[in-house]
Amino acid sequence: MSYTVLAATAVIAAVAADRWVLRTRLLSSRDFWTSYAILLLFQLITNGVLTGLHIVRYNAASILGLRLAYAPVEDLAFGFALITITLCCWARLSAKPGAGNAAAPGES
Amino acid sequence: MRHWTYLIVLLACLCATVPLELLFQVRVLRRPRVLIAALLPELVLFLGWDLYAIHDRQWTYDPRRIVDVALPGALPLEEVLFFVVIPVCAILTFEAVKRCRTSRMPALPRPARRREPA
Repeated sequence: MSYTVLAATAVIAAVAADRWVLRTRLLSSRDFWTSYAILLLFQLITNGVLTGLHIVRYNAASILGLRLAYAPVEDLAFGFALITITLCCWARLSAKPGAGNAAAPGES
Repeated sequence: MRHWTYLIVLLACLCATVPLELLFQVRVLRRPRVLIAALLPELVLFLGWDLYAIHDRQWTYDPRRIVDVALPGALPLEEVLFFVVIPVCAILTFEAVKRCRTSRMPALPRPARRREPA
């Protein structure tokens, strides 16, 4: 499977995890999208460095060839899936009673 | 120095986000067990993906830009660290955004009060 196919599959898996598997519904929250917007900006910078300096090199046969800030567009889907799955797992686990979440009301 | 490039990028990501733990009192790094548990599914999925992509030659790493520590499956050490560092950055950002919104709400009347003459 090419990177393009895998990246698209990862996005679908991330959405499914949020909607049906973990039922965190983060993709309907403003906090998620605000965070994602910030993270996307930093992703473009760090990923731009990683691919711009050729630290990571992509096989032209496994990507579409469309690039954004040096990186293949597939990286956007990869990053989205990574962030979504991570935040869903975190939201699910940190919300559990005893996870220490309720112990810290807004002190500031 | 060249060999440290990838590690320096990861370190820069941590430098940008770890201060959020203290600035916003997000309690992410102070809950290491929850944090590790939250990272595990992503680590398994994405390291598996990475191993497949390396094996399938979908991407390669410049040996001059990474430290000479190859893990099983020709996985560079930096890749494992990437899937720890970037998710930690994401969680810290997410918690800071949440904290920012919830703690700013009650603080809003303050500047409003100053503006009102009565």
